[in-house]
Order: sequence, then structure tokens, then C-alpha cells
Amino acid sequence: MKTIITILLIAVGFHANAQDKFFTRNGTITFFSTTPVEDIKAENFGVTAILDTKTGNLEFSLLMKSFNFKKALMQEHFNENYVESDAFPKSTFSGTIINLPDVNFEKEGEYPAKVKGELMIHGQTREIMVDGTIEVTSEGVVLSSEFPVSPADYEIEIPSVVEDKIAKQILVTVNTELEPLKR
Amino acid sequence: MRYIAVTCLFFLVIHATAQDEGGSLLDLLGEEETTNYATASFKSTRIINSPSIENVAEGVLDFRISHRFGRVNSGAQEFFGLDAATIRLGLDYGITDRLMVGIGRSTVQKAVDGFFKYKLLRQSTGKKNMPITLSLYSSMMINWQDWPEPDRENYFSSRLTYTYQLLIGRKFSKSTSLMLMPTMVHRNLVPNKSIPNDVFAIGIGGRQKITSRLAVTGEYYYVFADQLVEIYTNSLSIGVDIETGGHVFQLHMTNSLGMMDKQYITETTGKWLDGDIHLGFNISRVFTIKDRNKEKVKKKEAEDH
Repeated sequence: MKTIITILLIAVGFHANAQDKFFTRNGTITFFSTTPVEDIKAENFGVTAILDTKTGNLEFSLLMKSFNFKKALMQEHFNENYVESDAFPKSTFSGTIINLPDVNFEKEGEYPAKVKGELMIHGQTREIMVDGTIEVTSEGVVLSSEFPVSPADYEIEIPSVVEDKIAKQILVTVNTELEPLKR
Repeated sequence: MRYIAVTCLFFLVIHATAQDEGGSLLDLLGEEETTNYATASFKSTRIINSPSIENVAEGVLDFRISHRFGRVNSGAQEFFGLDAATIRLGLDYGITDRLMVGIGRSTVQKAVDGFFKYKLLRQSTGKKNMPITLSLYSSMMINWQDWPEPDRENYFSSRLTYTYQLLIGRKFSKSTSLMLMPTMVHRNLVPNKSIPNDVFAIGIGGRQKITSRLAVTGEYYYVFADQLVEIYTNSLSIGVDIETGGHVFQLHMTNSLGMMDKQYITETTGKWLDGDIHLGFNISRVFTIKDRNKEKVKKKEAEDH
């Protein structure tokens, strides 16, 4: 009897260990603003992301202060004046892959994906729908996507003095390699 | 026995289900605690005359023009001081985010100066907790005026003065920052034996933001009693900081004419109550010499491969 219990328990344990969750703590998200006056680019290499392949749920989280700009003063203005990082330190995304059946996480390859969810920036949450690709590799899963974000939608005020320098639509690029989550 | 096993399994299953359905996926990873450093306690690396706890960032060159007019009580013929101009031109550079150096040339005493400022402690919350920012500041100034007594034997070292400061600061809120500046000024040459070479003083300074681009600033240096001859007084300055993109524009009123540490701390002659006030401004323009991003991208790529 005891043996059976042990075997069952081990089996249950194995089941929980089966690879259905992938994560990273150093994913990359960049944004790019382009106007005739100035191009601005910022990169964040400390993105946390987690994916549940069973449910298709997907979550991202990053610290606004971890965006690196070429110009230190720009970085300061970004944090101090625009996204107000002291008041709203984080940006998060929580969504679901809506075409989950099209993605085979057991088989290596590149799959187009559609993700719907809630993006929170500057304390404001908006529903968004983005297209991206899911690449299943031998090491894990790579998520990539490009989508526009409008600062005005998230109540980020751009004063008229710098209006010409900051794009109305800012292109966000996601590129994160996720590895299996071991528990 | 069997019942126990079944119950156990049942609970395990429930447990597994509960985990999948409830709460945020990110909770599975747990919160990684980070250190959040206080930034932009002051708009500029100077409060007005005094150094602030801010440094220029690594690879950034800051060109500073500091300008003081004459005294506002000098009358209409002097256009209330605006006819007279005294300037200091300076170049500051950030070697690292914590170490900056600078050189300057002043009208007052034809002075050439150099300084460094090192951020020893950084105010932070989170993983590392530190209530204050502490910087070490040291400057040297060369007085390049003609010798007052050219007939006697004069040494180059007699032209030198040194200033050492601890800059203790805290950003209390998004808009309020305060500083304390214990200071020692060492003068290699003093007029006579009764005047000490070392002068001890303490400064207090602060800034209060009015809007995100406008702030009010002030600083006051108290020189401990019986160190200076009577004509010298304590330096008091008040002003506003205006930020416009890559520029910081500081407008102020001060009773000090000199802009180097030794000059405003130990050689201020103006008295506020008598109207010996100088209008002045500092303009700071920063240039990014080194692309910080590029290095971080390289580092990231190196880690990935």
C-alpha cells in the first residue's frame, strides 16, 4: 500500500513538473520614438515575463527606471517629468494568447500569435491587442512583438515645448527568451 | 490507509488547480527586490554657488556659464549693477556616474580652479536602504592676480587655496530636497599672523519644486565666529531653476560676487540689508560624449553568448 502511495505521489509530483511554464527575468523591451527633429531610443534589459502554455496566459513586468537612454538627461526627464517613475515604478502587461491551438509548444518552430490583454503604464490600464511571433526552440520559448503605444492614451503629458521631439505613436519592441520554470 | 492516500491525493489535486487558476502568474516567480536610488534631487550640479549632491552622468560634458552683475544698489548710472559683469566659465565631466571633475576660470581674482566630487553614499530604498546621499568635494583655486607686494619674495604656492566639503543631502519628497555642507577652506597665504589659514563653515541649502520644470532654490553659508576680519559676511543666495530640454537656467540674487568656494564662503562683502545684492544667472548645457546605451547593449550581448 505504502509503495502505491509513494508511486502515486511521485507521479503527481512529475505531473506538476511537466513543462508548461516558461519565464525570464532579463527579457528585452525597447521603445523608439521618431520625429523629424529627434530620434529617441530606450532599452530595458530587466524585463520579467512568464508564460503558461496550458492556458495561454502571459504576463510581463518591468521597472520604468531600468530603461536606458543614450542621453542621461533624457533618462532623467523620462522618469521625472513624463512617466513619473517614483509614483508609478512599474509597467505591466497581463494577457492571453487567443490563437493558442495554433501554437504547438511540443514542436520547435515559429508560430504567429495574437495576444489580447491589459497594458498598464503610468498607472493607467488599457486593453490592447497585439500581433507577434512565438518561437519554440530547444531551450525554451522566444516571444517577440512590435506594437505602437500612444503616450496620450496613458495620460502622459508632453508639454508643447518638446512636442516636436516626441512622437505621438511610440513603437514598442518586445524580444524575450523564456526558459522552463523549474519548481 | 487507503482513505488517507485518497484524501492526500485529493488535496494535492486541489492544490494544483488552485495554483493554476487564482492569482497572477508573476506571483509564481516571487518579487525580486531591487534598489531604488533617489534621482534628480537638484536640477543642477550647483545649488547656486555651492555644489549640490547631483553629479553629471558618466560620459557627459557640462559647459557652464556663471554670471554675476554688479550690486543693485549702485544706482541708475550703473543701471543698478547691470553694467558690471563678472563671470566664471566652467567645464565639468562625469568620469563615472559617481565621480565628476571640473575646471573653471573666473573674472574675480583672475582665478583658475579645478575640483572633483565623489558620491560616496547614495540615498536609496528597497534592497539597499540609505537615508542620505553623501558626497566628498574638494577644490583648488589659483589666484592669478598680480602680487600685492611684488618686491618681496613670492612663492607660487602662496596663490593656492583649497576647499574641502562634505555634501550631505536628502530628497524628502518628489519636490523637496535639503542639504548640509560642513566645509573647511585652507588658504596657503593670509595677510597677517592673526588671521587663521583654515576657516571652518557650515552651509545649508535646498530646493523646492513649483512645477516639474521650475524650482526655487536657496543656500546659506555660516562661517563660525572669530575667523574672518569684520568686512566679510556670510553668503546668502536665493534663486529659481528653470529647465528647458538640454539647458538648465538658474536665476538668482546673492550677496557674493565670487563663484568659487573660497570666494563666496570666506570673501563675501555684500550685506543683504544694505542692498548689496548681485543679480546673476548660471547656464548649463550638457553634451553627451559617450553613448552609455551602446556599452550596456554590448554587455548584454556578451552575457547572452
